[in-house]
Amino acid sequence: MKTWFKSGSPWVWLSAAGVSISLISVVGLLFLIASRGLSFFWPSQIHQFELQTAQGQTSVVIGEIYDRERIPASQLNNAQVDLGDAESVERYLVKTGNRELVNLDFRWVLEPMVQQQSQPEDVAVIERRTNGNFYGFIEEVYMDGESVDVAKLDSFIDRVNELQEDIEQLQGTDIGAINYELERIRLKERKAELDGMLTDEVKTGFEKRRQELAAEYKELEANLNKLRRDVQRDKIVVRAMDGQTVDINLEQVLQINFNNQMGFFSKLGQFFTQIGNFIGDDPREANTEGGVFPAIFGTVLMVLLMTVIVSPLGVVAAIYLHEYAGNNAFTKLLRIAVINLAGVPSIVYGVFGLGFFVYMVGGSIDQLFYPESLPSPTFGSPGVLWSAITLAILTLPVVIVSTEEGLARIPSSMRHGSLALGATKAETLWRIILPIASPAIMTGIILAIARAAGEVAPLMLVGVVKMAPSLPLDGNFPFLHLDRKFMHLGFHIYDVGFQSPNVEAARPLVYATALLLVTIIVALNMTAVSIRNRLREKYRALEH
Amino acid sequence: MTISAKTFEPRQLKNSLARWMISAGGVSVLFTLVLIFMYLVYVIKPVFESASIEPETTIQFVEQGNTVAVGVDELKEIGFQISEQGVMSFYQLRANDQHPVGEQLLIEPLLIDDETLQKVRATTANQYILLTTKGTIKVVQPAFLLSFDGDKRMMKPAVRYPLGEDAIFIDENEAKIVDFSFVMNEEKAVILALTEDKRLIKTSLIAEDDFNYDPEFSAEYQLVQEDVEAIDFIQVTPDMTLGMVASNNEVSVYELDSDWDVPLKGQFNPVIEQKANITAMALLSGSSSILFGTDKGKVLQWFEVATADGREFQQIRSFGVSVDEPVTKIYPELYRKSFFTVTPAGEVGLFYTTSEADLWRGQMLESDQQLMAIAPRANGLAIAGNGELEVLTVHNEHPEVTWSALWQEVWYEGYPEPDYIWQSTSGSDDFEAKFSLVPISFGTMKAAMYAMLFAVPVAIAAAIYTAYFMPPVMRRTVKPTIELMEALPTVILGFLAGLWLAPLIEAYLPAVFLLLILLPLATFVTAFAWYKLPKNIKVMLPESFAPLIILPVLILAALLAFYLSPVVEASWFGGDMRKFITNDLGIDFDQRNALVVGIAMGFAVIPTIFSMAEDAIFSVPKHLTSGSLALGATQWQTLVKVVLLTASPGIFSAVMMGLGRAVGETMIVLMATGNTPVIDWSIFQGMRTLSANIAVEMPESEVGSSHYRILFLAAFVLFVFTFVFNTLAEFVRQRLREKYSSL
Repeated sequence: MKTWFKSGSPWVWLSAAGVSISLISVVGLLFLIASRGLSFFWPSQIHQFELQTAQGQTSVVIGEIYDRERIPASQLNNAQVDLGDAESVERYLVKTGNRELVNLDFRWVLEPMVQQQSQPEDVAVIERRTNGNFYGFIEEVYMDGESVDVAKLDSFIDRVNELQEDIEQLQGTDIGAINYELERIRLKERKAELDGMLTDEVKTGFEKRRQELAAEYKELEANLNKLRRDVQRDKIVVRAMDGQTVDINLEQVLQINFNNQMGFFSKLGQFFTQIGNFIGDDPREANTEGGVFPAIFGTVLMVLLMTVIVSPLGVVAAIYLHEYAGNNAFTKLLRIAVINLAGVPSIVYGVFGLGFFVYMVGGSIDQLFYPESLPSPTFGSPGVLWSAITLAILTLPVVIVSTEEGLARIPSSMRHGSLALGATKAETLWRIILPIASPAIMTGIILAIARAAGEVAPLMLVGVVKMAPSLPLDGNFPFLHLDRKFMHLGFHIYDVGFQSPNVEAARPLVYATALLLVTIIVALNMTAVSIRNRLREKYRALEH
Repeated sequence: MTISAKTFEPRQLKNSLARWMISAGGVSVLFTLVLIFMYLVYVIKPVFESASIEPETTIQFVEQGNTVAVGVDELKEIGFQISEQGVMSFYQLRANDQHPVGEQLLIEPLLIDDETLQKVRATTANQYILLTTKGTIKVVQPAFLLSFDGDKRMMKPAVRYPLGEDAIFIDENEAKIVDFSFVMNEEKAVILALTEDKRLIKTSLIAEDDFNYDPEFSAEYQLVQEDVEAIDFIQVTPDMTLGMVASNNEVSVYELDSDWDVPLKGQFNPVIEQKANITAMALLSGSSSILFGTDKGKVLQWFEVATADGREFQQIRSFGVSVDEPVTKIYPELYRKSFFTVTPAGEVGLFYTTSEADLWRGQMLESDQQLMAIAPRANGLAIAGNGELEVLTVHNEHPEVTWSALWQEVWYEGYPEPDYIWQSTSGSDDFEAKFSLVPISFGTMKAAMYAMLFAVPVAIAAAIYTAYFMPPVMRRTVKPTIELMEALPTVILGFLAGLWLAPLIEAYLPAVFLLLILLPLATFVTAFAWYKLPKNIKVMLPESFAPLIILPVLILAALLAFYLSPVVEASWFGGDMRKFITNDLGIDFDQRNALVVGIAMGFAVIPTIFSMAEDAIFSVPKHLTSGSLALGATQWQTLVKVVLLTASPGIFSAVMMGLGRAVGETMIVLMATGNTPVIDWSIFQGMRTLSANIAVEMPESEVGSSHYRILFLAAFVLFVFTFVFNTLAEFVRQRLREKYSSL
């Protein structure tokens, strides 16, 4: 034993445990997010519990089992149930939905209270546009007030979804465009007034256009009203778990599934449909349900803008550091600056971005170019452009370090060869160095994108919002609205997970969003690393 | 050479253009860092600037006779004067297209023929109370009516009489009045007065409806005390709860809120210790503090403090205004805790109570008899000179912030003792913001420390093994896997910490402590078991596979810890460790506490430390280790005595980098703590950090306010913290690199 300790072997094993703990935590974390995130999409079985209290009262609970845990019996001071001598009790967290009938989406069910547990085939999961899911048995289907065959339900739902799409198109895109146009006319008029150019002729011009728009709007509105009437045509009658029957207008219904009737493959199909909906749909119910499309869109657009800004700057700075800078104190200072830019907390960039870009630069831009819309700010308030610029500064060191590493790996013989053949330094750079270093630059940019996609703290100050009314890119001139606020996946996680009114109900969605974000970032990182590794191999070949 | 100049030149031009542009691009990196630094300083700087006062305009009074009151409107566009004849007149202070500077805009005689003015008092609500020699008062309020004619803005002065134009007798018996104090709001007015026949009386005028619309009232008279000899000062607090009367250095405090009687609440002598005399008395804005000026040149601040014997008036702080001259006038500001002092020679001083700031001093008046008034927004002073009105601009935007107020204990009104408090906003209007950076800096340190406590051992152990013992094949996959963790967005770590880890730890609290014992124990047991294995199996399972061998053991140990957790809880902690901690140990327990933050943020900094420490250990020159091994040292001895010693600066810089990251991390602490700014090292309590504080409060702070600038200061502190850590780390690393290359 003593010699064993003297050999140092226990300490080696202890340090090995350090590696194991790190590995367990990385893999465990990813596994945790993946399992929780994916189970959100998997259609789960619907259980029917018949409960009986110690007093003999019975009730029925229908829902999905979200969680189960064992708790010591001593923690329960529940007079409703006779626990006997059991030391611990199993309980289930059941999502019962039916928000209009019960206050809470979730309830705990104690195992000893369960008299009978079954999975009835004909329980329907009705996913709705508002009020969350409804679990129940479909009793009747009405078309225009007349009872019809239940089998027609599928075609009715398809019809409703088509109509809803039309309504959305009318409301969001067409009427939105008219409102946008009206606002632009107002601003133009105000601008003319400020410039002293508002003559009667100009005024009538604006007025005429306004009337045209008003006429267009009337037409659209009539259409919209007709569609709204159409969409309310059908309804279903559903019996809930407590025996009550509830009328649900199909207008509310997104889809109806009979999870308990599904086999493995139809569940798999449903699983992928749900993932598709999650990625492609807009959020509903204060972000706690529906998809995350605007957040994905906002993240991607912001990151693209950032890439456009950071790539040239980072590459140029790296070229300067590696190819031009002499070995002197100033270069050392520059390197310290790069390290520090990488080390400054991201929130500091947010503060700087808010003060400098938003209030100072943005405020000045408003004064100079958008006096007509003052006092409401255009660029003088947080927006996607300022977010992109702020994150560009934040990720600058990532691009610099990666590019410089690539430059350092290029054998100097290649530079010398080019210069010896009479090329200038600029030509050598452009024709020889940059093409060879391009994978390294790519690596840097990908790493920068991965970093930017996950950064939230500075964005909370310079442009992200929980719910953006319109995307920063749409069909209205000038199409790309750099002054608009946007939604972001990372902020979505924070907001839904911590700021939403019903955290418990929203949690699965947060896991799903987290999974999406992690997948994007891990994929980006892996790509970057594999490019870098391939590059290293290539240079190793070049050297020999 | 046959290259002609013609083909040569554009290429050369391009070349130098490229050189120039690339150099500019390179320098821009440094420029960016300097810009961030300078901009933060630029925003912070006004907070620490002293006040300044400069002349703005001077106008001549048209009205003859001495002036008894002056003032200006909120925007300092119109000034007014009340003469000793009781005439109020308004003057244009800033020229516009209708009125030149100095034009008399309105003349309003306030008194009727047989009334003579005895005294004028001003209230904090901008009312002027004229006391006549008959013992009646009249309350007037200058009003400034804003109207728009198209785009043209017009300001018109007017005089309002909130209690009606008739004279009101203060005393029920219509006695003459020696001195009085008056306070009113929209529901009632309270007057505390001393009559000529030595009675101290309280008179309440209760509005029938609301004084804003209707001057009708009913009066109630109360006798406070009889046979009161001369009094020096008399004051009613603006909230009408207390009245204070000073005579012969003795201050008597009366409770005024009862309708039945006016009891004496207490008496104290504020100047007994200084052996001085009271020469001035004023109420600080917010009506909790009294200021006393003494003949020894001091101003003393007193307010009520909760003590063991109930609430008592205590001296909180004193300000040295002058060495030898008495302080004869104190002018408190309307909304903030600033005040001006005047000495008999006319020397004026500007102070702020809470921050104990000595903001400005200067000779501004001829004597203390010259009239002075503070502009409503405290951005100016109006001084009545020799037949003229002088208006001065006061620049004093952030008097409440001083370096010492930010970092030292401050005694706020209503608190029993000085304390470090961060409390930037509140629902009520007369709330005083409390900006102490100590609790949030402390929170930052605490969070970083718990994170490092967790991360440093794990990361460095992992780095040692990966760099020194691990076979290269395994290292190629293990290192990027651990480094992948660095790429994980902190918002996800924070979300898991707040919504998954925190409830888990709360439910299985003993498991966390069991893990601390079980994990090392399991490691040692496995190691010993391996040591005892027969040789032939050892060859098949070499020590270099240790992480893989130990991996399932650790997982099993962790599962065991969670399995045992309820058992331990039931047998030692009465079934609920959380309750045990709160009830039996008396320690507060937050669900989102330092333990959760430590673990979550620990995970975030492990890859940073691991990656850099691993690099440092791995790049220790091989001939050093080979030499040591050749001389007969064991692997472990070589590691401890040669490798770690050589790489120690690198490991140090790795820890510094990790610390820098932990200090600045925002999302994890934001989501995994309760964000309460308390100073407490307890592992079961939350904290608020500088970064989370910025994230929470920045979106709501008003641009340019003290709060906004202090949040910038918090960012600046973070910037400087991390700048020091990073620069130190980088410096050490550079040195190390040079050392390696020389070896």
